[in-house]
Amino acid sequence: MKKVIMGNHAVSYGVRASDVKVISAYPITPQTQIVELLSEMCAKGELEAKFIAVESEHSALTACVGASAAGVRTFTATSSQGLLLMHEIIHWAVGARLPIVLVNVNRAVGPPWSIWTDQNDSLSQRDTGWLQLYCESNQETQDTIVQAFKIAESVMLPVMVVLDAFFLSHTFEIVDILEPEQVRPFLPPYKPKNRIDVDDPHAFGNLASPGEYFELRYMIEKAMEASRDVVRDVDREFEQRFGRGYGVVKPYRCDDAEIILVTSGTVASTARAVVDEMRGEGVKIGSLKIRVFRPFPFEEVYQVLSKTKKVAVIDRNISFGHHGIFYQEVKSALYGRTNVPIIGYITGLGGRDVTPRVIRSIAEKAMNDRNAEPDINWIGVKI
Amino acid sequence: MIEIRTHGRGGQGAVIASEILAEAFFREKKFVQAFPAFGVERRGAPVVSFTRVSDGEIRERCEIYEPDHLIVLDPILLDTINITTGLKEGGWIVINTNRESMDNEALGKFHVATVDANKIALKYGLGSRSAPIVNTAIVGAFAGATKLVGLDAVLDAVEEFVPLRKENNRKAAEEAYHAVAFISK
Repeated sequence: MKKVIMGNHAVSYGVRASDVKVISAYPITPQTQIVELLSEMCAKGELEAKFIAVESEHSALTACVGASAAGVRTFTATSSQGLLLMHEIIHWAVGARLPIVLVNVNRAVGPPWSIWTDQNDSLSQRDTGWLQLYCESNQETQDTIVQAFKIAESVMLPVMVVLDAFFLSHTFEIVDILEPEQVRPFLPPYKPKNRIDVDDPHAFGNLASPGEYFELRYMIEKAMEASRDVVRDVDREFEQRFGRGYGVVKPYRCDDAEIILVTSGTVASTARAVVDEMRGEGVKIGSLKIRVFRPFPFEEVYQVLSKTKKVAVIDRNISFGHHGIFYQEVKSALYGRTNVPIIGYITGLGGRDVTPRVIRSIAEKAMNDRNAEPDINWIGVKI
Repeated sequence: MIEIRTHGRGGQGAVIASEILAEAFFREKKFVQAFPAFGVERRGAPVVSFTRVSDGEIRERCEIYEPDHLIVLDPILLDTINITTGLKEGGWIVINTNRESMDNEALGKFHVATVDANKIALKYGLGSRSAPIVNTAIVGAFAGATKLVGLDAVLDAVEEFVPLRKENNRKAAEEAYHAVAFISK
């Protein structure tokens, strides 16, 4: 059924449809209405899950680790400082090979305090071994939650689903809501291969000597590499069943494009409107949305960008002392394979609005820049 | 695409008004989007929210700077901020006021309609005398003035989005739909 709902509630409906058994969350800022609605659903019996309210985000994810190790499907949600407080357990979930799904609403980190969007919170978890999927609409957010559980349980790695604060989280739009009965054939109940069982005791999280640890890390990377096909196939199967697919990347009007804007999150959506506007004026421009950030889609990105003459990467994040983080990744995807100039632009930090005008100014600036620039290009700084 | 900006004060229901409006257009098979200007909301502080309506998918995900129409829940805002900033020529401004004429020069280029939403809200027990909740009445008035969306869709949207006193809110929307007065048409 189609309803007009906010992005936070689209997440809640995605969790409801996924037959989750344990939800654990810290209920205070920077938490969102995601877990507010989930706790109501649990209280009313619309969702047969145990809702555990805890005293910190560190505990929230730790409770998910325990429940997941006990063999049930688990979920938590957080933002900014909350995600950072989870960091120790973010690593733990990967090493323990637990298929937890976490939603992070992208909010800038403090100080100064901010509740507005940018991507530095989730991108600071980039090297932990979580898969990361970035969404651009409420519909995609709901659907990606369902996909995330299927992916996680297939490769035994946790998945982080990411959406922009406010521009999705608090924005109402039309969502075709998935019902649990619809989703069950696509996502059957979770059947763990290994689980904590008092009748069959084993050691979990034991000390691993240098003789063992290395191989376990190797296996995490192998699982991450295997997840490339899984992410693609799960999305295809979802599309066959529900008529909506999102791809690993989403190219838009790229075939004959002389310049391509690389985007993520809600900026990807706004950028398509800009592409159409500029195409109407005869500019050969396209855009490429990167939906899956980990594992990074090197081949898909290369295939699209190798045919164009110039690439402009828009980052709503920054790696201080280096550059925008998507910019780095795109450069490494193309390194040694093509000489197309790649220019990076930083904008929209701390929720600064990324309007069609801002995106257009980036496109125009990039078209006029003759070569790749090594320097960071800041868009909209008022100093 | 139609872009509508709503100005109010914390507690009047401006954010919910933009959502009810979106829901009403959705019921007439439009694509919609509604969201607040994201801030830390406090009672009495100026609040802005937005509604987008389109026949196709809405891709713009940013605030509205050049709206087609305005909704104003507190007429005092007309004197304190430059409320018509960016408003497109020929746009509607629907204002909650008990004044019968508006002597604000900035309104000259636009279609202006008014409704005493405070009075209607209080008649149906919505909010208190010092802080009436006028969102359902003003959405009714917007529909009545602009005819961009039908009354039935508005009433259904009120039913869907208002958590309490659904019937009284429907009555307030309906009364405001018919009570709207035109300063310039």
